[in-house]
Amino acid sequence: MDALHAFEVIRPATVEEALAARQAHPESRMIGGGTDILVNIRRGIETPPVLIDTNDLADLKSIEVSENGLVIGASVRLYEVAEHPEVRRLYPAVAQAAGSIAGPTQRNMGTVGGNICLDTRCIYYNQSEWWREANDHCLKTELGEMCHVAPKSKGVCFATYSGDLAPAMLLFGGEIDLLGPDGARTVSMRDFFIGYSRQDGSTGDGIDYMAIRPGEFVLRIRAAAPGNLVSGYDKVRIRRSIEYPVAGCAAAVARDGDRLADLRIAITGTNPRPVFLEGAADLASGALDDATVQGIDDLCKDQLMSMKTTFTPGHYRRRVATKMAIRLVRELFEAAA
Amino acid sequence: MAKRIVSFTLNGRAHDGVVPDNTLLLDYLREGLGLTGTKTGCDGGECGACTVLVDGRAQLSCLTLVGQVAGTSVETVESLAHNGRLSDVQEGFHMKLGAQCGACTPGFVMATEALLRRNPAPDDDDIREALGSNICRCTGYIKILDAVHHAAARRRGEEPAPYPPLPEKAA
Repeated sequence: MDALHAFEVIRPATVEEALAARQAHPESRMIGGGTDILVNIRRGIETPPVLIDTNDLADLKSIEVSENGLVIGASVRLYEVAEHPEVRRLYPAVAQAAGSIAGPTQRNMGTVGGNICLDTRCIYYNQSEWWREANDHCLKTELGEMCHVAPKSKGVCFATYSGDLAPAMLLFGGEIDLLGPDGARTVSMRDFFIGYSRQDGSTGDGIDYMAIRPGEFVLRIRAAAPGNLVSGYDKVRIRRSIEYPVAGCAAAVARDGDRLADLRIAITGTNPRPVFLEGAADLASGALDDATVQGIDDLCKDQLMSMKTTFTPGHYRRRVATKMAIRLVRELFEAAA
Repeated sequence: MAKRIVSFTLNGRAHDGVVPDNTLLLDYLREGLGLTGTKTGCDGGECGACTVLVDGRAQLSCLTLVGQVAGTSVETVESLAHNGRLSDVQEGFHMKLGAQCGACTPGFVMATEALLRRNPAPDDDDIREALGSNICRCTGYIKILDAVHHAAARRRGEEPAPYPPLPEKAA
């Protein structure tokens, strides 16, 4: 890897100072654990002149569980989420997702804010400067104009979102608290992730995969109370640790006797956004039978993308995600009995 | 580029370093301080060879800026041996052949150290989980499991399990 370019690190002690630093340096980036951004910096993908270190922001380091739901600060470490007893009890999908990220050492470093904002990944993007230059830069960086995965993509990027926390939080109506020059606001995660890569120009182009305004940063993430939902998270990787997912699946079911009363599924590692399967709730109208399984299969075929942005072919990732979703829903339905 | 003074505890001693903001902990340890026990592996957070302990938890020094460890306690593999005697973890890796080429070993040793401080009696699954961020291309990991069990037994004050007897040769 290349040597690091010259940059300045600012370490604010309060959220207000962080906001001021962010305004003073519009090109700055936030750094928590550094497990994503420092790798990108070392590969020359990003060259921010200023990094704002969030590790002293005590306000963003707590996990709160109450009857109103779950609130996790952006600077909380991933292992803290995975080990938190109340999160494990009430939001098993969130705890399991946090506990499945990378490996134990990365989880000691990585933060919740960083995992939510995890940069989208592609085999033509996450490479050294030397590799990318030799292959002609792709359009996700400022140097390139063409998408190598889909040369006729019309300016759209298909790099894959592979954060694990977002799909788990989506099950519980996940929200994100943001702070920026125009003040604080709370956005639903379903509106926050805009990596639809639609080629008609109607939504995000995939290069910008988050609805985050200039100068804004993540303060906290929120989930609603779980009610009677039983949830879980599953993930398939080429290697069982460190590796990014082939696909990850979060699911939650509510069971009423022998009846499936609610069904929610969210999938990561396939599209430029975490996919909350639209229409899954409509499948929860009776027993968990072949028709339900076929329904999940159809939703996945319809909503999951199959572009070859990682070393596994896209259609394989979609198939893995589908099978995993069906298996997980069956397991959760049994567990809810 | 501006430099600043970063103060932290290194291997039990107070340390003040004058470092530019863009210095990685790995480079500072190896090239600034000559502590070359910590190894550079993949150099991108994927292999664990550069693992050090920060406040008792395993961290990757190749993805840590020196400024980020200000005020913490950093321990490297150099802190383990005392007066020429290997620590129990080092002895385990030595006795049970947990090291072959040795490039990944300092990382494994530090990750094991972090594990044994939290869990003095880990089973195979605990060890596999705790060492999940470290990769070894030589040993196939079986010897590393043996090494950690050896170290854990030593630390508990027990006699480590001997090797199972060799199978008898057919007459």
